[in-house]
Amino acid sequence: MKARLIASLLLGTALGFAAATAASADDKTVKVGVLTDNSGLYSDLGGAGSTLAAQMAVEDSGMAAKGWKIDLISADHQNKPDIGTSIARQWIDVEKVDIFMDVLNSGVALAVNNLVKEKNSIMINTGAATSDLTNAQCSPNTIHWVYDTYMLANSTGQALVKAGGDTWFFLTADYAFGAALERDTTAVVVKAGGKVIGGVKHPLNTADFSSFLLQAQASKAKIVGMANAGGDTTNTIKQASEFGIVAGGQKLAGLLLFITDVHSLGLKVAQGLNFTETFYWDLNDGTRAFSKRFSDRMKNKAQPSMVQAGVYSGLMHYFKALEAMGGNPHDGAKMVAKMKDMPTDDPLFGQGSIRADGRKLHPAYLFEVKKPEESKGPWDYYKLVGTTPADQAFRPVSESACPLLKK
Amino acid sequence: MQALYAQLLVGLINGSFYALLSLGLAVIFGMLNIINFAHGALYMMGAFCAYFLLNVLGIGYWWALLIAPIAVGIFGMILERTMLQWLSGLDHLYGLLLTFGIALIVQGVFQDRFGSSGLPYAIPDELKGGMNLGFMFLPIYRGWVVVFSLIVCFATWFLIERTRLGAYLRAATENPTLVRAFGINVPRMITLTYGLGVGLAALAGVLSAPINQVRPLMGADLIIVVFAVVVIGGMGSILGSIITGFALGVIEGLTKYFYPEASNTVVFVLMVLVLLVKPTGLTGRAA
Repeated sequence: MKARLIASLLLGTALGFAAATAASADDKTVKVGVLTDNSGLYSDLGGAGSTLAAQMAVEDSGMAAKGWKIDLISADHQNKPDIGTSIARQWIDVEKVDIFMDVLNSGVALAVNNLVKEKNSIMINTGAATSDLTNAQCSPNTIHWVYDTYMLANSTGQALVKAGGDTWFFLTADYAFGAALERDTTAVVVKAGGKVIGGVKHPLNTADFSSFLLQAQASKAKIVGMANAGGDTTNTIKQASEFGIVAGGQKLAGLLLFITDVHSLGLKVAQGLNFTETFYWDLNDGTRAFSKRFSDRMKNKAQPSMVQAGVYSGLMHYFKALEAMGGNPHDGAKMVAKMKDMPTDDPLFGQGSIRADGRKLHPAYLFEVKKPEESKGPWDYYKLVGTTPADQAFRPVSESACPLLKK
Repeated sequence: MQALYAQLLVGLINGSFYALLSLGLAVIFGMLNIINFAHGALYMMGAFCAYFLLNVLGIGYWWALLIAPIAVGIFGMILERTMLQWLSGLDHLYGLLLTFGIALIVQGVFQDRFGSSGLPYAIPDELKGGMNLGFMFLPIYRGWVVVFSLIVCFATWFLIERTRLGAYLRAATENPTLVRAFGINVPRMITLTYGLGVGLAALAGVLSAPINQVRPLMGADLIIVVFAVVVIGGMGSILGSIITGFALGVIEGLTKYFYPEASNTVVFVLMVLVLLVKPTGLTGRAA
């Protein structure tokens, strides 16, 4: 009796194995997880818009018609690395999520980056800024898609120093992102012959910046660099105009500004600001067509931010790589290697490529916010003032500490 | 030294918001025995109300100062009539949970509709610009906020502590049955008091609209600090909450200058210290 039981158990196990291997040969099921801030200060630039962008990518890819089954889930990490990692862990272990999209907030991104590597999953990060994701912390399972602090510093910082802004004071958000942005910008400023004469670190999600602005004012620096994002940046800009920072001859540098921030500030306050993005809805016919479809489906008719555009573009590339593989191998490193092998091409970011360290390369655009009288209507906010080509926009291989790069 | 004066003044400005909000909380707690967690959401509604008055109806800042508190106050009174009044006599926890839930719902609805980055609201023309005080550049609007909130705080204190109506109110908290026996409509008075507390929150919201973005989460970020202020000042003490509001604004301002990283936490450190030494708060009486 006992022997029969063991035999049948063995048989069952063998059958199970056979079934499992059979499934992986042409397994066409994929689960996409959008991990983002759905309720906090960054939810306008990622949030529900990122989930919508992912949804649009699933629909546009036409994968369903080719026999693929794609599931999409989304969760709110509340800008807390501990919550982000525990959701990510559950997604990998229980939900069997294949790929993480968005993952904005540098603190959360760095934490999830480690987990994704450990569990051999995939992250296409479109929301976090820290350039560490492709530098010291680079991973064979992560692609950094849209922008990073090095690129922002390089483009905006250099342009401002060239225009005569050679002394800087930093207002820095006190966490991984602010520190990285300040560090990378300082390097660019010093290299271009400028000097950083002071700075202050403020807690994330600060409502009142007057104390910090007074310190910036007292420093007499020509440029007040805002190494913060989202609601922190809009409050800084708004209160800076109240305290007469710009009227007093100092210039504000928005190191990271999104279209949703400009929309929220209004052109009257935001006009004249310079900053860098890699996507703008009104760049060309391709971006306009996508953005029209996107904003029609958004509740508040918002145009896509570069983070949301990145979710679409990154997923489309992932789907192309899946098709080329013919099935889902459920092997993160293998899929990422495949994606790096293939050139990227989509209407939103144009042609590009993914470097061995996981850095997606495409041009960076230096914008200036239009004056109210120059704007033709809602969301018509940017003037293109400069373009950095893809091969110069990001950290050069020679400066990188990433072991994945062969030098 | 000059920088220090500037930080003191800036602290006083933030203190005015703390004072206005904690005053409303103290009034509500003192009279209704309810820990009003919806206060932040109501403050936010005040700011949104000002935004809509301007952008939908074309009504400017000055009228908004009057209309928004009344409108949000009426909303508050409806809340009190339909929900909060059933909780009187129950443990504080019930009121706390109910108002917390209301706050989450209100914030959720606004965030769903307007997003998280907020909407712009400009400083009224009459209060634009600033003056150079020698040690700092003071935006006129900020000066106005300090003066105006001082007046409102004093008026509220006067109303409750020095007038006949205030005397009825305080009596009704002590012994509602007896006050009712004198022919005074106690439930109506309580509803009006809640409306007053809520109106104060909305007023603070209107005052802050030109300084901060009008955001659904503007109240949620502030309310925790304000609760700490109320705890430090002594729950339910009117004068205590006003003074602590201003004082903590100043202390926070100084922290932003000397050790900015701690500016978010300094209020809570103080709260712990005060609770250790004097559990009823600085001006509170033992129950």
